[in-house]
Amino acid sequence: MARLTEDNVRLAKEIIGRYPKPRSATIPLLHLAQEQDGFITNDAMAHIGELVGATSAEVYGTASFYEMFKFEPVGKYLINICGTMSCALMGGEELMHHAEDRLGIKMGGTTADGLITLERAECQAACTEAPCLQVNYRYRFRVTSENFDTLVDQLQSGALSDEIPPHGTMARVRQHIPADKGVGAKAPEDVSEGPAWLNGKAAL
Amino acid sequence: MTTTENPTEDMQVPEPDPNAVSITINGRTVSARKGDLIIAAADNANEYIPRFCYHPRMSPVGMCRQCLVEVEGPRGPMMVVSCMTPVADGQIVRTDTPQVKRAHEGILELLLANHPLDCPVCDKGGECPLQDQAFSHGAGESRFVEEKRHYEKPIAISDLVYLDRERCILCDRCTRFADEVAGDPLISFTQRGNNTQVMTFPDEPFASYFSGNTVQICPVGALTAQPYRFKARPWDLEQRESTCTTCSVGCRTVVQSSRDELLRYQGVDSDPVNWGWLCDRGRFNFESTNSEDRLVSPQKKSGDSFDAVSWSDAMETIARTLRLATSGSIAILGGARGTNEDAFMWATLADALNVRMRDAQVGDGLPSSVFSYPQATISSACDAGTVILLAPDLKEELPVLHLRLKDAADKKRIKIIEVSSHESGLTKHAWRSVRCEPGTSHTTIQQLLQDSMVASQLASGPVTIVAGRANLAESEMLMMAAVEAVLSTSPQATVLPVLRRGNVRGALSLGLSPQDSNDAVAIMESAANGGVDCLILLGVDPMNDMPDADLARRGIAGARFVVAIDTFLTQSAAHADIVLPAAAYGEKDGTTTNLEGRVTNVVQKVTARGTSRADWMIAAELADLLGHDTGVTTLADVQKLMAQKVPGYGQATTSVSVKRDGVVVTLPTPKVAVSVPSVTPRDSYGFRLDLSRKLYDRAIGTLTSPSLSELAQGASVCIHPLDLDRVGAQVGATVKVSNAHSSVVLPVLASESVPRGLAVVPFNQPGADIRELVRHGDAVVDVRIEAI
Repeated sequence: MARLTEDNVRLAKEIIGRYPKPRSATIPLLHLAQEQDGFITNDAMAHIGELVGATSAEVYGTASFYEMFKFEPVGKYLINICGTMSCALMGGEELMHHAEDRLGIKMGGTTADGLITLERAECQAACTEAPCLQVNYRYRFRVTSENFDTLVDQLQSGALSDEIPPHGTMARVRQHIPADKGVGAKAPEDVSEGPAWLNGKAAL
Repeated sequence: MTTTENPTEDMQVPEPDPNAVSITINGRTVSARKGDLIIAAADNANEYIPRFCYHPRMSPVGMCRQCLVEVEGPRGPMMVVSCMTPVADGQIVRTDTPQVKRAHEGILELLLANHPLDCPVCDKGGECPLQDQAFSHGAGESRFVEEKRHYEKPIAISDLVYLDRERCILCDRCTRFADEVAGDPLISFTQRGNNTQVMTFPDEPFASYFSGNTVQICPVGALTAQPYRFKARPWDLEQRESTCTTCSVGCRTVVQSSRDELLRYQGVDSDPVNWGWLCDRGRFNFESTNSEDRLVSPQKKSGDSFDAVSWSDAMETIARTLRLATSGSIAILGGARGTNEDAFMWATLADALNVRMRDAQVGDGLPSSVFSYPQATISSACDAGTVILLAPDLKEELPVLHLRLKDAADKKRIKIIEVSSHESGLTKHAWRSVRCEPGTSHTTIQQLLQDSMVASQLASGPVTIVAGRANLAESEMLMMAAVEAVLSTSPQATVLPVLRRGNVRGALSLGLSPQDSNDAVAIMESAANGGVDCLILLGVDPMNDMPDADLARRGIAGARFVVAIDTFLTQSAAHADIVLPAAAYGEKDGTTTNLEGRVTNVVQKVTARGTSRADWMIAAELADLLGHDTGVTTLADVQKLMAQKVPGYGQATTSVSVKRDGVVVTLPTPKVAVSVPSVTPRDSYGFRLDLSRKLYDRAIGTLTSPSLSELAQGASVCIHPLDLDRVGAQVGATVKVSNAHSSVVLPVLASESVPRGLAVVPFNQPGADIRELVRHGDAVVDVRIEAI
């Protein structure tokens, strides 16, 4: 568990190449590490530090700012039930209680088979579809107890494994950007003129 | 003869400063310079603006918001953060309006919302900026009645520093220091929102050589230093400003004590030297002065052990030995540990006794003729141009000089060219960093100087050569030859000699430098051959510090009578016939000379342990006993005598400025021709030895400071990973390192930063002693490494 694999190091170097400064690639590389292991290991953070020229502490400082990076193993599927206002009014809390009963775990816990982790989330920007939840950041809208049970059944049977990749995988199709299609961003200290959209006019 | 910091310039009416601006603070018009921050301009004008995160030696971040002030703007007064807002001509600043007061009170209430009020048990209580400013700028009451945030009380983030996250106000001073100043960003803000906390990476401690500075600049009691925790309350401390003499940078400190015990050193901001920073070794080795193992009375050898004797008995014995010694058979080694006054009095005694054998170094530095080149200062090196490093890893030997050069390189004031056998702390800040095998630095630098880009860089501005002994297993003449190679190409270049020992420059300049090329090596050779009747070790431990351990052993065994004057019974002192207890740092007044030749004062803060005395007193009394009365009874007498004999030093020691930034003294030093020893090429099976220092080693001051003594990494040999494969060993396995002289068994490490064919061994570490393979006559040392 662990450092990035050889394949992922190759990917990491490609990602680093898109930025004028290597350490700008820290967050994309953290996603890569999470995709590899399902969560972010200390070894992976140390490895990312080596790749981008930062200390492990700096990588950890950046990574720990974000809720979506996990530092402990989570289930293959991470279910986030919204607990913010609209969902709460439309039965989000009851849905959470039902989910806890159905899965036999408390909020924040992982099922014994390591399949599902249950979390409460802040607003997921789907207030018109309350109560909503996400499975590995894939939406489910107007969730009732019944269709929550169906969802769990499908996750357990593997019926959704095509639609929903394991936790950590943002997308199954990786975008490869050839070097000549990069935006060619410059390091801040190398920028001499204003942005193109200003057409040479003063900023203020 | 004497140069000072500010050479007198033509007395003309100065041109009006184009960068001068005039601003109004609280109705008073004051002048400032373009680019100054309002808070700095206010400080200069004696208008105090409260602050927590602002530190004049670090970049502003505006984290704490405590320094809000009102600035007159186009739409009336507006609140700005004075640590992030530069001054502008005609700016009107108010720091005392009701709105500003309300803002200050509000921020303090916010900062105190989660801050535990455990001041009575907090080390910072009594000298705490949060406590002080809550009193001076706070409302006095809080509306926050909820439960405060709780964290596990202090957690050790390194061997020396403890973190109490409840007290932290997230000012970013320690994390900024670690990143910007120390270059060791091993602590960082982690988590977010209400849970934001300063933290290390899991299981990776904040092992920075400069960690103690974060404790000093922490504006609350969140960071505390293990050696000082619960030792004293600030109001019980008495302090005097002094100079650290652990190495030759000469950082200004305050020495603080309570009940006649040294308890803490804090850095003082001296603009030409340390900018307020200290390294951890210098900061925490006060424990050595307090050590229970200190010598407390004179000791006389009796059989295999020592008997305590009276001073008069000991001094009579020494005087008798000196009287009976045949002409030219007395030798004095050392003197770099003491003050200028100590060195001067011993040199005076040596002159009176016609002692030709004297040396303040023990074959571990450079010849004192390095002072004969045009001299640079730290500030002149960091100011502009090119710095050529022909020196050891400054981060390991002279840490605060490393900080100054790193800062200058980071701020793009200077470009660093490094020639070294392996990577150093400054390598990643260098413009050019060239690896060369030991024995080839002088030819490598010559080639490098041919490079057209290097040549045009050197021609573009001032050039400073930082010259020191990089490798103790390499003839010092090779480094001198490299320095001369640069000087022959850039004759206008100046040299900053980086000899390491505390007052080595003072001792060498004041008469303890070798005479007639009788350096420490020659003295010990003579002693080994029966040519020394009396060997006086003046705070020096050749058996521990001489690169050629065999010679040190033979020399001490061969000397007929050995006198050791030291604070501890060192390895060499244990072989002495008489041991005299010397007053330690913090136990005597005087002056010291740093690597630039800067003379500053050191002070007595506590009573000397037992019956120990300052070295100069011992010299004066011996002179008296031997019929060469110097008329010296007080330190002032010594300084008066020094003023007569060494004019530059006389003026320096009586000047007021020795009490802060000091006076740079340059004395004429004879040039010595550099003879380059021939270096045989390394055979392809062997490794060339690089014997270089680490900050933490078995130096007596470190060894006797409990907080530091465990920090030495231990003896090992580090080679390139491919060489490790060739040797056929695993990392951590023990290997046999041998040459014609001897062999030792060491654990082996691998690093890409070590070039192929090089074996890097840290000097003076606990474990097997590599010095058994070193002989002073060898220009370089080649070894075989075999798996066991």
